[in-house]
Amino acid sequence: MIVDPVTLMVALITVATPVLLAAIGELVVEKAGVLNLGVEGMMIMGAVCGFVVAHHSGSAAVGFAAGMAGGAALAMLFAVLTQLLMANQVASGLALTLFGLGLAALIGVGYGGRDLPAVYRPFPEVWHDIAVIGPIVFSHSALVYVALLLVVAVWLVLTRTRIGLVLRAVGENHDAAHALGYKVVRIRIAAILFGGACAGLGGAFLSVVRVQNWLEGMTAGAGWIALALVVFAAWKPWRVLLGAWLFGGIAALQLRLQAAEVGVPVALLDASPYLITIIVLVIISSDRSRAALNAPAMLGRIFHTSG
Amino acid sequence: MTALLEISGLCKAYPGVVANDDVSFAIQPGEVHALLGENGAGKSTLVKMIYGLVKPDHGTMRLRGAPYAPAEPRAARAAGVAMVFQHFSLFEALSVAENIALGMEDPPKPRDLAARISAVSQAYGLPLDPFRLVGDLSAGERQRVEIIRCLLQDPKLLIMDEPTSVLTPQEVEILFHTLRKLAAEGTAILYISHKLEEIRTLCDAATILRLGRKVGECTPAAVTAAHMAELMVGKSLAQPARAAQAPGAVLLAINGLNLPATSSFGTSLRDVRFSVRAGEILGIGGVAGNGQDELLSVLSGEITTAPDTITLAGAPIGALGPHARREKGVLCAPEERLGHAAAPDMSLTENALLTARIRRGLDQGGFVDWARTREFAQEIITRFDVRTPGTEVVARALSGGNLQKFVIGREILQAPSVLVVNQPTWGVDASAAAAIRQALLDLAQGGAAVIVISQDLDELLEIADRFCALNEGRMSSARDARALSMEEIGLMLGGAHDMAEVVA
Repeated sequence: MIVDPVTLMVALITVATPVLLAAIGELVVEKAGVLNLGVEGMMIMGAVCGFVVAHHSGSAAVGFAAGMAGGAALAMLFAVLTQLLMANQVASGLALTLFGLGLAALIGVGYGGRDLPAVYRPFPEVWHDIAVIGPIVFSHSALVYVALLLVVAVWLVLTRTRIGLVLRAVGENHDAAHALGYKVVRIRIAAILFGGACAGLGGAFLSVVRVQNWLEGMTAGAGWIALALVVFAAWKPWRVLLGAWLFGGIAALQLRLQAAEVGVPVALLDASPYLITIIVLVIISSDRSRAALNAPAMLGRIFHTSG
Repeated sequence: MTALLEISGLCKAYPGVVANDDVSFAIQPGEVHALLGENGAGKSTLVKMIYGLVKPDHGTMRLRGAPYAPAEPRAARAAGVAMVFQHFSLFEALSVAENIALGMEDPPKPRDLAARISAVSQAYGLPLDPFRLVGDLSAGERQRVEIIRCLLQDPKLLIMDEPTSVLTPQEVEILFHTLRKLAAEGTAILYISHKLEEIRTLCDAATILRLGRKVGECTPAAVTAAHMAELMVGKSLAQPARAAQAPGAVLLAINGLNLPATSSFGTSLRDVRFSVRAGEILGIGGVAGNGQDELLSVLSGEITTAPDTITLAGAPIGALGPHARREKGVLCAPEERLGHAAAPDMSLTENALLTARIRRGLDQGGFVDWARTREFAQEIITRFDVRTPGTEVVARALSGGNLQKFVIGREILQAPSVLVVNQPTWGVDASAAAAIRQALLDLAQGGAAVIVISQDLDELLEIADRFCALNEGRMSSARDARALSMEEIGLMLGGAHDMAEVVA
């Protein structure tokens, strides 16, 4: 057999985690009615900040915190532009991606190939050797479990708590939320910062845990996949998780197929995770009326206080 | 007895306009107090100050004798002031219960809240299911959500900003019943409207604003509607006048139109047939949602039909699109001003271009003649008394009534041979409505055929020569409007089609 299902599952979860983190953050941002297309830029900032700080501090956890801070810092720039200066969200988001890629390359000059501290794995070593579930469930670094808990937390907060209700309300009708006395701009800035921190954490996971190296442009479109996941998952946290795993699964599978030299062009295999994820999610969300209802009505619209 | 709310000397100025100038009045507990005024008289600004959305420049308010200066709506709600907005402040993708929870300071648990919503809605005769999505509710039901949201706060003062403008007559009855019950329990109601008859039946006292100043007070039941209108406008209202004239030849005819519903919320049109002559106004009555929008789409050419279904002076036009119809002189002013009749974020000049390009020759060889377009927009503004700083203001920035004057004026000034208008005076104040009606009469006088679709029966009886009713997509036969009694109209609206045919 050319592909071992257990190692494939392990790889799937590792590959999916950065996308999952970025997507769950963007989901919260979009639920608040803000479209931040700068996910890719925030991820790569998180990747470089996480790598550099983890290298110097000798602590992966400090590196992760730095990744979050890097992503959030870039998100703050976006928040100031779009929420305070009323700049167009699409243009600002695209600019943020370009800016993030460039700035990350600058910060990361000379850091490629430097050594990294070991990452913390919460479950004891012996558990990893349990057949099948050992590697799949217990062998991961702490951040993988954090990402899963984050999906559950975001789902709970959005559907069960008042904060989540207010956030959705702001994304649904900012004028009405304002008329009821909610601070639209403040809530949105908080959501944008959360999204930036999540994207940054995803980026830091990529450089510190998965690749364990810094490479220029190493996010390679993961931020864009995260954006697409949110839309095709109809702004539902559970579907974002499924989409991320699907993406991760195919990405891990196609690498193994390439190694096994199956008779499919390499370029097509390289593109397959992106293609298949999008196709499957399009099919899932093809019920148009329902997808439209899930989309935050104020997505990408600028909020002006008046009267 | 101390007044519940006492307002003295409130002033609020915006750049270029004084919205409120030294306004003072008092509301007693359990009183239904009307705030009357034309569009732009400063009613909305005044209630926004009471609700804490806008800070006054000068002046003081006292609530139950204590100084009252809410910094934000939250403070106003805490003090017992609640408000139902003119444009509903609801969230369509959220459920009724979630919407209500958002308007409360410390909402109870979802299950308890649902129970309380059901209890209150029962008590006040406003049936409502807490778990339905607001997006699926009718206008009347949405308003109930807002009202119940307010009632759960147990308010001392309930502010209602033009609550009946989107309601059917039956829904208005239910609302008035609720408001009277509330007033009897001691809740004061500040009721903003420019529907004078409603105010006469509902309100105990009225304060009248004109151009930001208080110009009078009255007891609505004790004075005539005409008297209140004069106070509002500052001059006596001219009743639309027309000279009787014999109608000319049939201009537009609909011959057996059948149209299946285009969406799940739409109405299908069934065997609609009518004709309208030159120099005549045909009034089409009926409660909104009975096929009015569909009929307008068919007449404007947004939905095309078989060529022979619609004829203009005998020639088939059913298959022509809107531009081709405009060229032939068939113009339309749809009901929804923002998004259908006008592009919200485009300037008045640009909006003028959108429908008048062909008939007014506003472009040449593909290039827009902006000077002439601006001139045309200015002409509409001047002739129809549209209150706006200029032609480059975006349509969204105009008040509903002003935009309506602009939209109707834009079509009338293109000298149509057939004009179709849907709800021409919806949300428009009395004097502007009179001006629009007069313009429609003048247009008919000049030889055009005019079709007026409206929910306002008084309006139709005032200007229409013939009247027919649209009910569940079916059209009654047209009858002479002057010979109709209110009962006959009621029967026609109820769908008693045979009666009309027997009499006719």
